[in-house]
Amino acid sequence: MKFAVLVFPGSNCDIDCYKAVEEIGESVDYVWHTATDLSAYDCILVPGGFSYGDYLRCGAISRFAPVMAEVAKAAEQGKFILGICNGFQILTEAGLLPGALRRNESMKFRCHDTVLKVVNNETPFTREYAKNEEVIIPIAHGEGNYYCDEETLEALRLNNQIVFTYGDNPNGSIADIAGICNERGNVIGMMPHPERAVNTLFGSEDGKRMFTSILKSWRDSHDTASIS
Amino acid sequence: MIKATVYVTVKKGVLDPQGVAVQGALHSIGFQEVESLRIGKYMELTLDTNDRAEAEERLKAMCEKLLANTVVEDYRYELEG
Repeated sequence: MKFAVLVFPGSNCDIDCYKAVEEIGESVDYVWHTATDLSAYDCILVPGGFSYGDYLRCGAISRFAPVMAEVAKAAEQGKFILGICNGFQILTEAGLLPGALRRNESMKFRCHDTVLKVVNNETPFTREYAKNEEVIIPIAHGEGNYYCDEETLEALRLNNQIVFTYGDNPNGSIADIAGICNERGNVIGMMPHPERAVNTLFGSEDGKRMFTSILKSWRDSHDTASIS
Repeated sequence: MIKATVYVTVKKGVLDPQGVAVQGALHSIGFQEVESLRIGKYMELTLDTNDRAEAEERLKAMCEKLLANTVVEDYRYELEG
């Protein structure tokens, strides 16, 4: 399986994402934001950071980067797309996920471990978790306050698109939402950083199963024998 | 040349944490009359056209596509010249 980690000017979690894929022993490339072909990749990771300096709004400018047209195409083709932190903001700005991320209610940049509840363990990204399992994954953001209107929230609930919620809401997100997926389930966005929780040395390895989940989903759909 | 001014504010009904914090600061220094305060963005654009109708149409497209995120923000604009 082949992973791509997108790199925008100002991305700063790209190396963490790259290492997380290495941790599960799969092949991974950095892909610069000017790339116009993602056909070689099965999963696209949109990493955290401050792409384009967060000018105007987080993700507002990156969503027009050349590579984003390819990301939309990959989403359409059913490939796996995971946006983390700034990656989540970019995916909402691009309209690949509903809603928007606002300034944290506290106006503070929050950087600490959070307890997340796995609300939906049927996505390709969360199948190795138990439903309602509590996991520890860190956050690091100033603008992670998820918002959508009532109608959208109802649709998210109805379609089981709420993937993670916070145990103790750190930013004011509506319905304690930490991560959501699209209707089809192949595009997911989340503020917490699973790539920073892939080894007990980091304090938690609860994030690693997101990456192994993706791998397992890919193997299932490609009928490849599991090696590990 | 047409000068355009764009104002972007957080939608009514959507929390504006910056506005709330600044309002609180005004209260704490004695300006109790401040009932609400919302912070937004102000942008000045100079457009290389003399066609007002076209300028307005394109400015609206700029707001919808990039300058505002209409999920959480409202915008309005003024044209001059």
